[in-house]
Amino acid sequence: MNCREFVDFLMAYIDGELPEAERSVFDAHMVDCPPCQTYLETYKETVQLGQDLCRDSDGPIPDEVPERLVAAILAARPRKS
Amino acid sequence: MWPVTIPRNPDEARPDEATLLERLRAGEDAAYEELVRLYGPRLLAVARRFLRSEDDAQDAVQDAFLNAFRSIDSFEGQARISTWLHRIVVNASLMKLRTRRRKPEQSIEELLPNFLEDGHMTNLAAPWRKAGEDEVEIAQLRGLLLQKAQQLPDSFRNVLLLRDIEGLDTEEAAQLLEISTAAVKTRLHRARLALRELLDPHLRRVAE
Repeated sequence: MNCREFVDFLMAYIDGELPEAERSVFDAHMVDCPPCQTYLETYKETVQLGQDLCRDSDGPIPDEVPERLVAAILAARPRKS
Repeated sequence: MWPVTIPRNPDEARPDEATLLERLRAGEDAAYEELVRLYGPRLLAVARRFLRSEDDAQDAVQDAFLNAFRSIDSFEGQARISTWLHRIVVNASLMKLRTRRRKPEQSIEELLPNFLEDGHMTNLAAPWRKAGEDEVEIAQLRGLLLQKAQQLPDSFRNVLLLRDIEGLDTEEAAQLLEISTAAVKTRLHRARLALRELLDPHLRRVAE
């Protein structure tokens, strides 16, 4: 396995989707290639950053909705007869 | 102040949500306003991630609320209101995006890592600095991530947003984008590789 193949199969490796034999080859490459170990870490950090920074359901509330938009939404709502 | 608090966990949220739902179904004007003011900011933040124009993002939020109002009677209350509205605004944003897509899509190839002929990386990976606890730094990092994600071609950016940022699973993303789960996985991997390349110069730890 070379670094290009390592990068190609990175997501399958992280998701545990590589068959055992291929996983061993992948692990062996990482032992021999510190830059690929670092690449794996920064790839995971890329994914983690999105999850940590932007999934804000429990985070700070973003800016308020413009009043004009609130008014437009409420004016357009269907009313029960 | 509005009487409904921001949901923190499903157990806390449900009693308040049940009351809000009842009032919405009864057609109470104040309940509709509460819903818009309570969930509107988060919905607008989601729409802004998908749509580059502020007008389009606001239109998507308006469409989302109107869809939600129309289907409030069929909402079974098994999911949280926030989850239900989140799915509706993601869908509304993608619909809006479809009406806007006219230019031919740029290739992602130039954003992917480069390799030498023997398969080694041209640019050896270096560790990244860790994000601190400082709120200003976190906000800057969030801005950087979203700005770089905007540089991805739409079909890759949308998969990345749905999976890694909005938290949908592969099947849900495939259904919304009307592509196969295999295509979601391939595009997601390439989008992550490209985003990593775009972030790398900003996050690479400088040697001391």
